[in-house]
Amino acid sequence: MATRAKKSPARSAQTSAIKAPKPIQFTKEQELEAYRHMLLIRRFEEKAGQLYGMGFIGGFCHLYIGQEAVVTGMQMSLKEGDQVITGYRDHGHMLACGMSPRGVMAELTGRRGGLSKGKGGSMHMFSKEKHFYGGHGIVGAQVSLGTGLAFANRYRDNGNVSLAYFGDGAANQGQVYESFNMASLWKLPVIYIIENNRYAMGTSVSRASAETDFSKRGISFNIPGIQVDGMDVRAVNAAGEEAAAWARSGKGPMILEMQTYRYRGHSMSDPAKYRSKDEVQKMRSDHDPIEQVKHRLIENGWSTEDDLKKIDKEVRDIVADAADFAQSDPEPDPSELYTDILL
Amino acid sequence: MPVEILMPALSPTMEEGKLSKWLKKEGDKVTSGDVLAEIETDKATMEVEAVDEGTLGKILVPEGTDNVKVNAVIAVLLADGESADAASAPKAASAEAPAKAEEAPKQEAAAEKPAASVPAAPKAEVAADPDIPEGTEMVSTTVREALRDAMAEEMRRDSNVFIMGEEVAEYQGAYKITQGLLDEFGPRRVVDTPITEHGFAGVGVGAAMTGLRPIVEFMTFNFAMQAIDQIINSAAKTLYMSGGQMGAPMVFRGPSGAAARVAAQHSQCYAAWYSHIPGLKVVMPYSAADAKGLLKAAIRDPNPVIFLENEILYGHSFDVPKLDDFVLPIGKARIHKKGKDVTLVSFGIGMNYTVKAEAELAKMGIDAEIIDLRTIRPMDIPTVIESVKKTGRCVTIEEGYPQSSVGTEIATRVMQQAFDYLDAPILTIAGKDVPMPYAANLEKLALPNVQEIIDAVKAVTYTA
Repeated sequence: MATRAKKSPARSAQTSAIKAPKPIQFTKEQELEAYRHMLLIRRFEEKAGQLYGMGFIGGFCHLYIGQEAVVTGMQMSLKEGDQVITGYRDHGHMLACGMSPRGVMAELTGRRGGLSKGKGGSMHMFSKEKHFYGGHGIVGAQVSLGTGLAFANRYRDNGNVSLAYFGDGAANQGQVYESFNMASLWKLPVIYIIENNRYAMGTSVSRASAETDFSKRGISFNIPGIQVDGMDVRAVNAAGEEAAAWARSGKGPMILEMQTYRYRGHSMSDPAKYRSKDEVQKMRSDHDPIEQVKHRLIENGWSTEDDLKKIDKEVRDIVADAADFAQSDPEPDPSELYTDILL
Repeated sequence: MPVEILMPALSPTMEEGKLSKWLKKEGDKVTSGDVLAEIETDKATMEVEAVDEGTLGKILVPEGTDNVKVNAVIAVLLADGESADAASAPKAASAEAPAKAEEAPKQEAAAEKPAASVPAAPKAEVAADPDIPEGTEMVSTTVREALRDAMAEEMRRDSNVFIMGEEVAEYQGAYKITQGLLDEFGPRRVVDTPITEHGFAGVGVGAAMTGLRPIVEFMTFNFAMQAIDQIINSAAKTLYMSGGQMGAPMVFRGPSGAAARVAAQHSQCYAAWYSHIPGLKVVMPYSAADAKGLLKAAIRDPNPVIFLENEILYGHSFDVPKLDDFVLPIGKARIHKKGKDVTLVSFGIGMNYTVKAEAELAKMGIDAEIIDLRTIRPMDIPTVIESVKKTGRCVTIEEGYPQSSVGTEIATRVMQQAFDYLDAPILTIAGKDVPMPYAANLEKLALPNVQEIIDAVKAVTYTA
């Protein structure tokens, strides 16, 4: 018995949280790529917020502002054919996957040129072409589905990995752990990315989670985890590279806890009274993912303010074009009511 | 061009609000994300953030103003180099404001004006059963063997088909439906899962979204209640929500309904439950031939199919045609026995009672027609209507609960589509409106019985 008791801690030590890898130093090209992608998400979301305010976007609208480094850094560590799936705060993920800003924005306004022909809305968008599997409005459902994507990769032996994104709130759903168990048991190539933005709607992590270190959530399933500075795109990318290599090599799933922050409320109608203005302001001024890249670009002499303004202008033009399209594109034809229910 | 800042709608139901406070003054520099003002919506106090950069040129709605309409211009933002004069805009802007403000009501009006007429639901044409060539050998087969054969044949035919569930592989199936499959197809395609219905249903749907063809076995559909979110919200709705880009071509199968003495939590028919959901097909066979032909069809179907079996029927034997590829159409009822006096509509285990009742009725000189629905959704109402036009009378039989049952759905549609042909009210026989009791006598009372069917037929045929 004694020997057995000794064995188990060693085993768990082996598989518990891993130290975060050092942020990779980005090249000029990588910094610029990250800057452009994050800025596109930021500007897109600001515009979406504005269109919501004007009544063009209805229902629920969850903005990704503040969390841009997470999807941007992860996407930079993927290869063609790797799949992405997430919850309802999904606009950033879609843009990072390369889905068209026009298509996303027109879906937000419920128009026929939207990615789901106007029938899905903010929370339900997909792209077979870009390997984006939604866009899911049921908290936690995407974790089992994303595990299924990995199951399919293993079944086909195609060398691809799937990325299942979910929040600190979803991390308390039962099916997350059912999925962890199967993914580890079957060594499925899936990366679980917990976007810990500190609040599940209005409930802070400490009020909802018995264990607030989410990188440890896989310990009893022998899934290693890394806690990552989710505001630093280089740190995200470094962790992403490590997790992708791990999963691709047949070692099974890995958990990445991305410590991030959303600047806006949970949805457009959330006044966010559950946190202080100082807290938000401190994150914005000290940890903003875009400002960090901007600072490095200028510090290294890789870009001038004018260069970056030019990028900003290009991004704004893309977003303005998407917004124009989303407002002028017609609503779906009434005949679409009964299409796409069964094949 | 000065940028107009509009009163935003910051809740799905807001039409106007109070501009309670300006946090920036005229002349202040503003960047994206800066909080400009606070407004009170119908639900809360919210912050208005700047989207564009510039200088706050002119405040048009002073703080403290009540009932500011959504989309009214509340301020003007100037770009670098623009002067506040350029925004002699106040006038222009306020002149434009009503125009802008009208745009929002216009949208509302669009929502309020009588919606475009609702397009007719498409009618799917369903092929008839294939002809069975004369001289085809009929082999007495249990429903259990028929289901196994169907899966094995489809797995041989398509390498994307696999089966997952509890005890499906090494144990050979909790009810031995997957007997022999592990030996033939190996553990990659016959996958034992942990006891984790919600999770493995989701894994199955995720795999199906990539184009694989999972068969997800539930040890019983009672346990699928833990997975019903994935079945409905993920499997059934994805095709629609993705604008047709991807769906879930898969089968969820397992026994449903009462077995024997397993009481409330293990005895429930799910036919009516799943038949409520657009995006699903729901099949519930009675005979072994239908079980085989319909399961093969379900596995090939590009949509999620709920395939409801019955533990008691697993051991029943029926003739199955010996054909290389016997596939039946989903969505087509089968006339089990022709008759002229009354139409009996049933499906699955309900057929057991119906067939026995028909034999008794024949002795009494009542010639009943039996329709085995086979598919609950899409429901083959035309076959039922045709029959009722002939008999003028209809009784439905099922084991599920009576409220919102499959029978009440049939009764509604027959009443709407064949009212003039009815000579009596439609009677619906169902399980009693109680959780299934354990005691043998109570269980028997809770289930439908042959005498109830005979009594109902006598009532609708006005037979003493």
